[in-house]
Amino acid sequence: MEVVCLGLSHQTADVATRERFAFAEHELAACSAELRRSPGLGEALILSTCNRVELYAAAPDLAAGFASIEAFLAARAALEPADRTFFYRQGGSGAIRHLFRVVSGLESMVLGETEILGQVKKAYSIAMESGATARHLNKLFQRAFNVAKEVRTKTNITRGPVSVGSVAVDLAEKIFGRLASCRAMILGAGETAELTARALMARGAHGIFVANRSYDRALTLAEETHGEAIGFDQWQDSFDDIDILISSTAAPHPIVTPPKLAHAMRRRGNRPLFVIDLAVPRDVDPAVNNLDGVYLYDIDALQHIAGHSLDVRKQDIAECERLIERHVGEFSGWLANGANAPGTTTADSLASQSAARPAPAVLSSTPAS
Amino acid sequence: MEDRLLLAASSFCFLLGFAYTMFTLGTGRYTPSRFNLSAMAAGFAFQTTFLILRGHALNACPLTNLFEVLTFLSWSMVLLYFVVGTTYRISLLGVFTSPLALTLQVFALIAPLDSPPGPRARVVAEPWLETHAAISIIAYGAFALACVAGVMYLVQERHLKTHQLRGLFFHLPPIADLAVAIHRLILTGFILLTIGLLSGFAVRAEVEWSKVIWGVGVWLLYGGILQADRWRRVTPRRVAQLSVAAFSITLATLWGLNFLNPAVSL
Repeated sequence: MEVVCLGLSHQTADVATRERFAFAEHELAACSAELRRSPGLGEALILSTCNRVELYAAAPDLAAGFASIEAFLAARAALEPADRTFFYRQGGSGAIRHLFRVVSGLESMVLGETEILGQVKKAYSIAMESGATARHLNKLFQRAFNVAKEVRTKTNITRGPVSVGSVAVDLAEKIFGRLASCRAMILGAGETAELTARALMARGAHGIFVANRSYDRALTLAEETHGEAIGFDQWQDSFDDIDILISSTAAPHPIVTPPKLAHAMRRRGNRPLFVIDLAVPRDVDPAVNNLDGVYLYDIDALQHIAGHSLDVRKQDIAECERLIERHVGEFSGWLANGANAPGTTTADSLASQSAARPAPAVLSSTPAS
Repeated sequence: MEDRLLLAASSFCFLLGFAYTMFTLGTGRYTPSRFNLSAMAAGFAFQTTFLILRGHALNACPLTNLFEVLTFLSWSMVLLYFVVGTTYRISLLGVFTSPLALTLQVFALIAPLDSPPGPRARVVAEPWLETHAAISIIAYGAFALACVAGVMYLVQERHLKTHQLRGLFFHLPPIADLAVAIHRLILTGFILLTIGLLSGFAVRAEVEWSKVIWGVGVWLLYGGILQADRWRRVTPRRVAQLSVAAFSITLATLWGLNFLNPAVSL
């Protein structure tokens, strides 16, 4: 039995193409089961996220397996020969390696991100419950989850935040712990400030105050973030109630200075204050970082941290690949030997039956990579 | 005495747990594991056995000299780590606790502090005096843990201020949690010390006034920190610094007091 994978991702196709082949979550169970019934396939699983669409199958023959998956896509999404450049085809140990790399975050747009693991787990759960997977894919995906766990615990591939928003969230959590009781203020409603505020809200921050020179813009952003718009000249009045200040105004000089902040800190009972200065030129005088309880990060500092985290992750790619390669070898060995031992499942029998049926070849000339 | 071997074994366990964690931190491969916890538990078991054997040998609470006092203090600290530190057990509180427990024990083992119990040791057998001394030392154990949490706070705060987000930063708890831990540990120690001092009034034996004054001084010191924290007169960073300074002063004066007057009790 061989493992085959046919798919496309952010690395090979633009979003419009990915949309054409994407599967809605409610379709996955039926489609996985339908794919499994295709000639030449014994088991099947469909993974569909915003960055990738991949169809995995266990098939007695690689070429027949690919042909069946292509036929399935042709029937469902009008797959044409011109689309072949968007797809990658992995068979045997290549498919196993690819899956292990995907779950470990090595193939993700943001190196080492962990969201993909949850998405693969969900896809597997749906396929398993619909009866589309059996012995080989069950074993493969369970091994993949173990690989992801091992990679995560034994390497630094998921270590550290790698975007300005995630750096801000991580820092806020290291200052305040849980963000559920934190209130934030956006001073100057720039795009990065908005994204940062949204990232904080996603982790529980609430009660966003928005102060902007254009009150309409403040109002719009306040509605979007379930916050409260305040006049730009009133931001200092709301200062006592907030824990996080995100500043990105177009002011030519610093508007947050040590004397202003020192006074406010006393009024606030010395509660910590996290100041994120995204503006250029900067809105916050760097000297405020010297005040007790004030933690100031400007855009350079945040980007430097994100860049450093990415470097740390990149340094561990080789180590991840070593770990993955060991598991690929073990699993390939099991497929070659153990999987053929007595006790094969009904799915194996089904596979051998379906393999006997011819598969319609849409892109049958496409070589497996 | 042979029971000192138990203390050496306990010290070895603390050293092993600490060294292992530092090694994994140094290589960037640290993950919260049970290893340090197991090492702490083994060290605690050896400490407990030592204190039980010493207590049986003396037929009294083993607080007859500074060696035993420091051992009891180290034991109290580890005990409180297990009891109070449940929330932080998987974080690095244990890792920071083990070197302090280790230092206290190694100092106790190396320095010539394990003097044979003199005639005054008999008075320790008085229940109120034992209660007073034991509760007071457990209170100092809480202050020691507050000191440990204070060090962790200062380390983490420095990471945040200097933007050096690497190594320990990812494993240390948030400074808000550490500030709460420091407050609670000082409060716990303060309440225990209050009970310890009050139980001291029931002692019928001759009172060492120098030690009473010292005990009240420590009580006032920590009471002052608690009040300043409560009234938000000082920043959490200052409270962390005070928790470290106060325990250092307490430990130094305890040693000085016992050096000048090696009589029993606290």
